[in-house]
Amino acid sequence: MSAAAPTLGATSGPLDAAVAAVRRNAWTVGLLVFLAILLVFTRLIQPTYGAIGVQNLAISGIPLALAAIAQAIIVIAGGIDLSIGSMMALTSVVAAANMHNQSEEFAVLVVLGVLLLGLALGAVNGSLVVITRVPDIVVTLAMSFVWAGCALLVLKTPGGGSAQWLKDLVIGPLGNEWIPKAGVLLVVVVALIWIPVSRSRLGISLYAVGSNQLAAFRSGVSVGRTKVFSYMLGGLFSALGGLALTASTGRGTPVPGPYTLLSVAAIVLGGVSLAGGRGGVFGPLVAVVILQLLRTDMTFLRLDTNLATVAQGLILIGVVMLGSLLQFRRSRG
Amino acid sequence: MSEAVGATATRNPWLTAAAWRALFRDRPIIPLVVLLGLLVVLFELGPSSVNLNWAGVVFRAAVPLAILAGCQTLAMLTGGIDLSVGAVASASGFLVATLVGDLGLPMAVLIALVAALVVGLVNGIGVGVFRVHPLIMTLGMSLVVLGFANVWQVQRGQTGAGTPPEFRTIGAGVFLEIIPYSLIVFVPIALAILLGLRRTGYGRLLYAIGDNPIAARLSGARAWQVLIVLYGISAVLAAIAGFVISGLSNVASVTLADSYVLPSVAAAVIGGTSILGGRGGFGGTIVGALILTVITSLLSSLGYPEAVRQVLFGAIIVAVAAAYTRVTQES
Repeated sequence: MSAAAPTLGATSGPLDAAVAAVRRNAWTVGLLVFLAILLVFTRLIQPTYGAIGVQNLAISGIPLALAAIAQAIIVIAGGIDLSIGSMMALTSVVAAANMHNQSEEFAVLVVLGVLLLGLALGAVNGSLVVITRVPDIVVTLAMSFVWAGCALLVLKTPGGGSAQWLKDLVIGPLGNEWIPKAGVLLVVVVALIWIPVSRSRLGISLYAVGSNQLAAFRSGVSVGRTKVFSYMLGGLFSALGGLALTASTGRGTPVPGPYTLLSVAAIVLGGVSLAGGRGGVFGPLVAVVILQLLRTDMTFLRLDTNLATVAQGLILIGVVMLGSLLQFRRSRG
Repeated sequence: MSEAVGATATRNPWLTAAAWRALFRDRPIIPLVVLLGLLVVLFELGPSSVNLNWAGVVFRAAVPLAILAGCQTLAMLTGGIDLSVGAVASASGFLVATLVGDLGLPMAVLIALVAALVVGLVNGIGVGVFRVHPLIMTLGMSLVVLGFANVWQVQRGQTGAGTPPEFRTIGAGVFLEIIPYSLIVFVPIALAILLGLRRTGYGRLLYAIGDNPIAARLSGARAWQVLIVLYGISAVLAAIAGFVISGLSNVASVTLADSYVLPSVAAAVIGGTSILGGRGGFGGTIVGALILTVITSLLSSLGYPEAVRQVLFGAIIVAVAAAYTRVTQES
């Protein structure tokens, strides 16, 4: 993108290009600035916050980060998936139940199987949305029951186990103590799956369908297939989130965590429009870090951690309000 | 088209697909009642006999669900949804249980109702004035309510075992050995919602805004006022449901009513209320709540775990919503 900018106008130097890039990604830049302020604030209230804090942040944040990527992809394509938390619970218990007391090699098969399961769960969600023509919210809300029920059928109570190599993949630093493995893993996963997809024809059709279904249809995009594809990608990332849960806790929990709601909060905060067609996965990832850091700060300030729940709710509402106000002004001006 | 009309004229009109479709579209309550009857017959053939005692148990369990489903029905008529009912119901029940010892029942109930009303008005302002999607607004508010309820719980250092005996009577008591007291709470609410939707201008406004917001605005309806009142009513109803639930289960916890949220949406959807707005009513919702309660009772007496119930409920919502969508779109 930046390489193309100088050719647009002869007068634009590198500084102008940088200004244009900032303006184009104003929301993400604002988020990063906010994150920097928050980090400084954290350091001020807790001078010992350092490498260990970053490690903990990465490990506790990676399931939500993967959930947010899943939600972002689906919302970009014009849908919404309220069953992400349940899919994560289901994939997590399937992984934990099958890896328990099994060899490390067998766990590779289990992980691959769980990823396929995620794709299948997403395919079911997407196909139901497309075939029944029932609103996405209703279908995925109902499917969140189904997947959570299935998770309870697999494991009644928290249990199972995780292969050691899977735990090692997520927990601990990589080389430098400031670089958490969980963060590296996240970057690798995004680079391997999302970046190739978003550059491909299918990725562009995700944005096309999300911003205007009719226009996409008339330009020859298969709307139904694209929507199913977005839900499959969402299912795949939910399965990765479920695996991250299993790896970071060492077991599977059949009761869904708060990931569905928080993923919606993260993508909205991350600049993905709920109307579809706008946003990416980088903003939501920054938003996840902010949400996690806020929770950490609350404990440092010795505030009741329950106030963190209040703060998350208020942030969710506040950001959406701000977004709709901005849109309102844009449509007037 | 004329061919189809000719066919219906010659044959018995009740046997054509179009007639069935019209039945489901215009009077969804009739097939629902038939379904409910079938379920009861199934129950009679299967696990246990159907008697007044069993009916009382079903009604007591169905009343809070039907009230919460009433909240969803009202919100869904305008094209919205209220997912904060679970948090509001739990918090109200919990608030009363923790306050009743110090302030007495009337004051505690009043405080809980006012707190619920404030939450509802905030929901309404967010949805009506700031145009936040109802789903996001009410989910966010449910987080806020849950957080504050937890803070309150920590401050009181008490998990709320003190459900007032009056609530226990209303939730679980039986009048003259057959009539559950909760019906005494429910019948006035149900009549108010049914008549309010059918006979009052406000009820018509709800349908109008859900059916075609632009047309409603051009005819002079102020959507934001309607929505603020709507979410206020919804939260107060949720608080009342919370009282009944805490009495029914004889505990008050901050997550007590969470498991009612999705069934309340399910009951409204099964009852024929469209989530897109403008179509539906409370009559179908009541039958929907009864159907879900009978299914729950059937499954638990057959010894199926909770998990099976969840899977089945989810499948039912998708199937029923798909059927309604098909019926209403293809006509």
